Amino acid sequence: MKTFFDNPARIRFVVFFALCIILCIFSLIAPMLVPNDPGKADLANALIPPSQDYPFGTDQLGRCLYSRVMTGAATSIFSAFILVGVIFTIGTFIGVLSGYYGGKIDTFFMRIVDVLLAFPGMVLAIAVAGMLGSGIVNAVIAIALISWTKYARLSRSLVLSIKEENFIHAARLGGASSLKIVARHVIPNSIGPLVVAASLDIGAMMMQLAGLSFLGLGAVPPAPEWGLMLNEGRSMLQNAPWLLIYPGSAMFMTVAIFNLFGDSVRDILDPKFQKSIIKTTGGIKNA
Amino acid sequence: MHLVPILIGITVLTFLLMHLSPSDPAERLLTSQGIPVSSDVLEEVRKEMGLDKPFLTQYGNWMIKIIKGDMGISYMTGRPVYDELASHMPYTVALAVISMILTLVLAMPLGVLSAVRENKLTDYFIRFLSFIGMSMPGFLTALILIYFVSLKMNLLPVLSQPGIKGILLPSITLAAAMTGKYVRQIRAVVLEEMQKEYVKGARARGIKESRILYFNVLKNSMLSIITLIGLSLGSMLGGTAIVETVFVWPGLGKLVIDAIGYRDYPLIQGYVIWMAVLFVVLNLLTDLIYRLIDPRIRLNKEVA
Repeated sequence: MKTFFDNPARIRFVVFFALCIILCIFSLIAPMLVPNDPGKADLANALIPPSQDYPFGTDQLGRCLYSRVMTGAATSIFSAFILVGVIFTIGTFIGVLSGYYGGKIDTFFMRIVDVLLAFPGMVLAIAVAGMLGSGIVNAVIAIALISWTKYARLSRSLVLSIKEENFIHAARLGGASSLKIVARHVIPNSIGPLVVAASLDIGAMMMQLAGLSFLGLGAVPPAPEWGLMLNEGRSMLQNAPWLLIYPGSAMFMTVAIFNLFGDSVRDILDPKFQKSIIKTTGGIKNA
Repeated sequence: MHLVPILIGITVLTFLLMHLSPSDPAERLLTSQGIPVSSDVLEEVRKEMGLDKPFLTQYGNWMIKIIKGDMGISYMTGRPVYDELASHMPYTVALAVISMILTLVLAMPLGVLSAVRENKLTDYFIRFLSFIGMSMPGFLTALILIYFVSLKMNLLPVLSQPGIKGILLPSITLAAAMTGKYVRQIRAVVLEEMQKEYVKGARARGIKESRILYFNVLKNSMLSIITLIGLSLGSMLGGTAIVETVFVWPGLGKLVIDAIGYRDYPLIQGYVIWMAVLFVVLNLLTDLIYRLIDPRIRLNKEVA
């Protein structure tokens, strides 16, 4: 008898999904569990190596690194969630609109997409973050402004490929309104690859946000954000390598878990996805 | 290619970005020249800079200047933005090209090997490495490299100096993340190609496996790989900011981060336009190369 767990991809999905959930719950309750106040500076205890009182040591202001790394988890994880949620929603909405109605709406939005795609990588995000000023919210806005295009293109091409299917025509003949067709038939039939793209994006977005914070364009001191902490610790590298090791490992492990989760979502939802995205969007844009 | 509308879109967007930015260019200019700001002087300068004119007129005037190659004067250095960009450009290009070469040298053999040995130990090992490369943020790789190579082993200088010694660590950093991505893609492309009928046919005719791999499969995979290179060369040119900042490499990325810290709007604006135009030109070149490699593709058709 076949069960749900016969497929190794499903087991992997369940494992990584559970890990992500644990990570999220942990990041939420971490502020209550830390031994010291993550914001309390104590210059007398600056740059202490890892010890009993300070498991990860202290930074140049004498703040407990362990407490800071733990409380910083929520910022990284949930800002990445919000970012992916925003670009997924906006991008899909615009893509479905363009694909379903076509014509002038389509031309209008796709020209905007073309222009935004003409900016390489982080260039526009860096410029926008620079204009808006620092802050994690501004960093999310800056990256969102350029990243929704991927979802718009993908959802548009998915809609185009199912728009002329017989079941859509049947629904229309049955008197269904456009809204109903889109909500009941178009979106449910194209959501799979979009969900895959979104779950693959979480880790990458986390890295981009941390990158902006590292450049001083994201989180503002004294917020305990991993990218920012690495930037603050980088001049102390020689004397206090723990300032690099702990936030760095936390960042790497979190990104790795979410990347593994994204891969497992792809494996169960659409094993051929990697190929189809190359065909529909003309290649995966590098971050 | 609808090159002209895209270029117009790029400039409108960049201009809009500046227009919406919170600080007043006239005020910024005065403070950078050390002139005390009073409302009379401010009005005067605004008029002089054309800031009292309607948006479209301002855009038009600005556009004409840009076409003439005049991107304004940098607040930070007092030199023309154009000269500033042109003098920092070679550093970024060198960095991008060297890391690209490094990436290809590493990723091509690894990707092909991983595909040939699909689901064997070698494949798992290579995929594991590429996964680590992809999950490692660039700034973390950079700091780890500095810590071990420069501080512990004293092999290379901590801060970059122009020349081969200085460019090595930044290029390795960039290449590490790219290699992860490339190995995955090349593996997928080669695997897909190996499942095609002509490979079966060649095998049936008794042609050696290595010959099929090198002469047919790799040749046919080139198109996808060139797409990858074209896409990432552009994003690499724009994605070097973090690495350049960490290693104090005097490229465009470092320049724009400094400019942001200084609120040097003409320079930021110039940088964004410069990059976008460069990227569009690169994409056009990629399309042209396609045509050389695969004559079936016509320039005006989008390459699937």
